[in-house]
Amino acid sequence: MSAAGLVGLDAAHDNYLTDEKTIGSWLLTTDHKRIALLYFASITAFFFLGGAAAALMRLNLLTPNGLIVDHETYNRLFTMHGVIMVWFFLVPAIPVTLGNFVTPLMIGARDLAFPRINLMSWYLFMAGGIIALVGLFAGGVDTGWTFYTPLSTQYAKGYVTLVCCGIILSGYSSIATGLNFIVTIHKLRAPGMTWYRLPLFLWSLYATSVIYVLATPVLAMAMVLILFERIFRVGVFDPALGGDPLLFQHLFWFYSHPAVYIMILPGFGVVSEVITAFSRKSIFGYRFIAWSSVSIAVISFFVWGHHMFVAGTSLYSSVVFSLLSFIVAVPSAIKVFNWLGTLHKGFIHFNAPMLYALGFIGLFTMGGLTGLFVASLGADVHLHDTYFVVAHFHYIMVGAMVSAFFAGLHYWWPKITGRMYPEVWGQIAAVMIFFGFNLTFFPQFILGYEGMPRRYGSYAPEYQVLNVLSSCGSTILAVAYLLPLTYLTWSLFRGASAPANPWAATGLEWQTQSPPRTENFSSTPVVTDPPYYYPRPEERQHV
Amino acid sequence: MTLLPAASAYAREVDWLLVSLLGISLLVLALVLGLMAVYVVRYRYDSGLDRGALATKTWRIEVAWTAATLLGFFGLFIWGANLFVRMYQPKSDPLTINVIAKQWMWKIEYPGGQREINALHIPTDRDVQLLLTSEDVIHDFGVPAFRVKRDVLPGRYEALWLRSDRPGTYHLFCDQFCGTDHASMVGTVTVMSGPDYQKWLESNGASVGLVVEGHTLFIKYGCGGCHQNGLSGGGGTVRAPSLNGLYNSPVPLSDGSTVIADDRYIHDSILYPQQQIVASYAPVMPSFNGVISEEELVKIIAYVKSLAPRVAEASTP
Repeated sequence: MSAAGLVGLDAAHDNYLTDEKTIGSWLLTTDHKRIALLYFASITAFFFLGGAAAALMRLNLLTPNGLIVDHETYNRLFTMHGVIMVWFFLVPAIPVTLGNFVTPLMIGARDLAFPRINLMSWYLFMAGGIIALVGLFAGGVDTGWTFYTPLSTQYAKGYVTLVCCGIILSGYSSIATGLNFIVTIHKLRAPGMTWYRLPLFLWSLYATSVIYVLATPVLAMAMVLILFERIFRVGVFDPALGGDPLLFQHLFWFYSHPAVYIMILPGFGVVSEVITAFSRKSIFGYRFIAWSSVSIAVISFFVWGHHMFVAGTSLYSSVVFSLLSFIVAVPSAIKVFNWLGTLHKGFIHFNAPMLYALGFIGLFTMGGLTGLFVASLGADVHLHDTYFVVAHFHYIMVGAMVSAFFAGLHYWWPKITGRMYPEVWGQIAAVMIFFGFNLTFFPQFILGYEGMPRRYGSYAPEYQVLNVLSSCGSTILAVAYLLPLTYLTWSLFRGASAPANPWAATGLEWQTQSPPRTENFSSTPVVTDPPYYYPRPEERQHV
Repeated sequence: MTLLPAASAYAREVDWLLVSLLGISLLVLALVLGLMAVYVVRYRYDSGLDRGALATKTWRIEVAWTAATLLGFFGLFIWGANLFVRMYQPKSDPLTINVIAKQWMWKIEYPGGQREINALHIPTDRDVQLLLTSEDVIHDFGVPAFRVKRDVLPGRYEALWLRSDRPGTYHLFCDQFCGTDHASMVGTVTVMSGPDYQKWLESNGASVGLVVEGHTLFIKYGCGGCHQNGLSGGGGTVRAPSLNGLYNSPVPLSDGSTVIADDRYIHDSILYPQQQIVASYAPVMPSFNGVISEEELVKIIAYVKSLAPRVAEASTP
């Protein structure tokens, strides 16, 4: 992303983009807005790399024997896809970009609490990302992103050690980011910004940050133990050395299940903002949505065992984890109902962010409902490790989460860049992503029921029809994801200049200029209104 | 594209659960998408509709839909858990077949000594217990037509129960990623009626059964030097406990606890003898980990299981 194209777009006032123009001023910046842009560039690159791996996989699965690659290469492709998409796109995505940019603006602060740590987080993230990429491209890894032992410690070929090191480094970046958000939200709120006036995006970001800080260290421990077993052959996981292979799964999912909520909670927050803004109406059930984020963060630590229903854990622990998994779905259902309540009696506008948010509700509801299938023990035993699970988590983590990311990106784009995106193109892309996604992943639910296992580079012939359907859908999805990259880049240089508050939305971030000046606000704002205060028509007449 | 066969009563029960989950999901999805569609049309910004006053006391609505969701989920939880727990209940008098997984094949060993690779034959209307273990990484034995699967772990025995009532040949998949040729670790499960199954066993009959082969190995590895075995066996009970009637009997351990001597106990006691020491015996047995393969273990365990309790032992407490 070049600042040059933005120069002079708003000569009337200085802003964070035009303040300084050297490369050094970007690479050594402590401004949360510039760091957010560094992250935007990084995660965009990772997203398209991971996407390219997925495209090759879908191409290979056009024929039962594998169209283009052998098993070994296929295994490396899905490992690369998983590692990049999970740790270098989904886990950081919304918090480090949109969260980084709007958190101080939303609470009326000058910056995050620890601006230098914020910059350090980006460097840690990039160091981890580059180390992992070197491993993935130099020789690849064939363990899957789950690194199950003893496959990953004694049998795997490739650069497992290097990739694990990259993941550990990116984990430190997550912890630092989470800590930064927690302290910022506690300490830097403007006068009058009470907890119950806090935007719901920040409630969800707060819950996410708690998971970052508490769960990520467990991932680091699991990865370090893998390294110890690979290098020094200490017997932690491999039964041949006296270890327990299931121990790794407990440690791994103790992080990785909460990590699913790291990915989706910020999406909930974005959608709460967007639905309200484009309904021009106060959000329905503010406190229920806020506390449902917190309760998801808490309960998410107690459901990891549902990844191990067929792994050989005790029968009764499976029963308990099944019950807890149903319970963790309740707060998510509450959110969906409250968003519908917000639409009721609103004044609904159909700008691109709103279309993405409505698409999110549809895809998230489907992902959530199919979650009930795999939370139910009897059903899960059949569906476990099949394409049903692949479809289920892609509906949440890709369909819903990426829709939420685009909803937020379009919503705050005028604030971030000072330019408007082309509305019609935004609407076309939102609709295309929704249909392209469904065409790609819905057939996989049926494939899973029919029994096709995950991570197969070749498959039985009767699964071909559905695989071809899915691969066709993925081409539409690929085009739909490339569209925003194209028109948003165009709008950086040619877009109409944006007013301070193009959506007539509430929230402090809309009360400063677009793009904001480096110090965000000329004077510290004071909050006097309840959250999402959109006066009703009858109130407007009286005022 | 064919509809997946349901080759057992259990599979058809799972299908009922899945169909019900699907029905409930479609209802909820229709409700959410339907309300969304109605609202965005009725309340679009230029619809000119009089919105009226907003609802008050919204917490009642919140409590109502939270309670409804919880209640529905609890019902689904009970249904799924009930099926799951029943599937894992041990059945009486099963046909036990050993399954040994390794990268990237399934080795099947029958009680009569027959062996197969990537193919399992079972009779109809008979409870079958598969004893699963792995020689290297974690695999997963999955048969979609039976709606069951179970991870296969190195160094452990896991049980999977089958009972089919539909003769036919069905897919067997490895469902847990296990390395390069994971996608080739596939096979078939063939279900045959009782008489056909007997004919099949005879035509593939091994000359000696697992028990006899196990006895040979028992001698080869010198087990009888310490362990008393059978009516005619050697060894005593001075250095090592007797194996007569050991299978499925309670064993008092040196730490004061008691275990039931099942397949997993016998297996682990051979590979990791220091883990569970029988009360009043010294921990002198060497580990056979890496010495005896999983295939040989199957035979030795079959032999130990065949050892009947001695009459004299049975009468003294």
